[in-house]
Amino acid sequence: MSIWTYANPAKFMATTARAVPILSLLAGACLLGGLAWGFFFTPDDYRQGATVKIIYLHVPSALMAINAWLMMLVASLIWLVRRHHVSALAAKAAAPVGVTMTLIALVTGAVWGSPMWGTYWAWDPRLTSFLILFLFYIGYMALWSAIEDPDTAADLTSVLCLVGSVFAILSRYAVNFWNQGLHQGASLSLDKEENVADVFYYPLLVCIAGFVLLFVALVLARTRTEIRARRLHALQLRERMA
Amino acid sequence: MIRILARDLRLAVRAGGGFGLSLAFFLIVVVLVPFAIGPETARLSPIAPGVLWIGALLACLLSLDRVFALDREDGALDLLATAPVPLEGVALAKAAAHWLTTGLPLSLAAPFLAVLLGLPWPGHPWLCVSLLVGTPALSLIGTFGAGLTVGLKRGGLLLSLLVLPLYVPTLIFGADVARRGAEGLDLGAPLSLLGAVTAGCVALLPFATAAALRVNLR
Amino acid sequence: MPDLGKYAAEVGAAYAVSAVLLLGIVALTLWQGARVKRALRAAEGRKDA
Repeated sequence: MSIWTYANPAKFMATTARAVPILSLLAGACLLGGLAWGFFFTPDDYRQGATVKIIYLHVPSALMAINAWLMMLVASLIWLVRRHHVSALAAKAAAPVGVTMTLIALVTGAVWGSPMWGTYWAWDPRLTSFLILFLFYIGYMALWSAIEDPDTAADLTSVLCLVGSVFAILSRYAVNFWNQGLHQGASLSLDKEENVADVFYYPLLVCIAGFVLLFVALVLARTRTEIRARRLHALQLRERMA
Repeated sequence: MIRILARDLRLAVRAGGGFGLSLAFFLIVVVLVPFAIGPETARLSPIAPGVLWIGALLACLLSLDRVFALDREDGALDLLATAPVPLEGVALAKAAAHWLTTGLPLSLAAPFLAVLLGLPWPGHPWLCVSLLVGTPALSLIGTFGAGLTVGLKRGGLLLSLLVLPLYVPTLIFGADVARRGAEGLDLGAPLSLLGAVTAGCVALLPFATAAALRVNLR
Repeated sequence: MPDLGKYAAEVGAAYAVSAVLLLGIVALTLWQGARVKRALRAAEGRKDA
């Protein structure tokens, strides 16, 4: 039993049919529970006041925005190397979810920045690289929708994803070089010293789990839709031939 | 490869299209800026390096969709794909031809246009150097984008959407070299990073372009 | 309801925008899924008939 058995669309559909409802429930529970815990039962920060509650949306969505792109990169590589259609479709399915996460991170960050930094937007390295990531997502999705033949589209978007990843990392460092930032360091790291305080830490972990589960559930559900759409396309072609 | 390069150069000069057009576009962009910003030199000269870089970048973009599209239409691209030259070599030659017809003239013209924007003196040679080092990367990235979109009917707009985010690192380092040059600061770090980006593009992007072309010619 | 103090507008806006975006992507996913499922079932029906 290896992971490659899920490259078979029928097997994938059968397994995910059972997995998606469970994952959705878990995601909903974690999100509602974590957000409620953070919103109602944590104290205000002594410097940031109530705005600290935005962290429960900002950090998980920013995390998933980057991880969604990583997942697309891995899926693209699997498609290029092993030619499993499910993998290519999963990459396609992840892009809109990643865009949403990026947008949430940008908007919540801007809303938080206005009282704290005194501005909605600053050309800070982290903010700027997220904006660039957003542009990459848009280009990737535009290329998918522009090409009619599905296999060609999968190939070309995978190549774009690979090249885009290299340039995204390059841009990250270029932007760092270009402007020193306002943004605080990592909220979560193994180095406990610079982490957020424990009161905020545990509800944040629950929220992150909720966002991860939501992402997985959404991507699986969207991949199922893509597989069905592919089958529908094939059936329609056959009808037209007959 | 040399033959492909020479053929592309001849076509560009003879058809009179790409060669003069992007230069004229560059000139117009630079002329339009003072109308939008105002004619005071004190306001224009600090933004001059950035404006010239943006202008060069857009002028580069203008001629990209012709890199492969014309060859695709008359079937020459299929012949190139079956030629004994590897497709990676074709991609590199195409990028070189694009650079020689747009990047090089743009870089040489930029110092003269910089006079219009009141760029302070030591900036002119450094602006030229930064463009000379940076524009090959723009041509290579653009050729990659053109390879991706060659099969599409209305690829022009999509091409700019795909290519412009990839231009970010080059633009940051290039404009920084030009700015520091104009202010007389030390510019070793951004210049070497700009060179590194270009060298990386030369080494890697022809492979990606060739992969995209192979998919499109299937 | 916790007292959000002077930042009530900011916190509320952040949560509202995020909720709208999250519900938007979920609704889009469900809607697309249902539409494709229906079309596929219709096509399968035609094939069998």
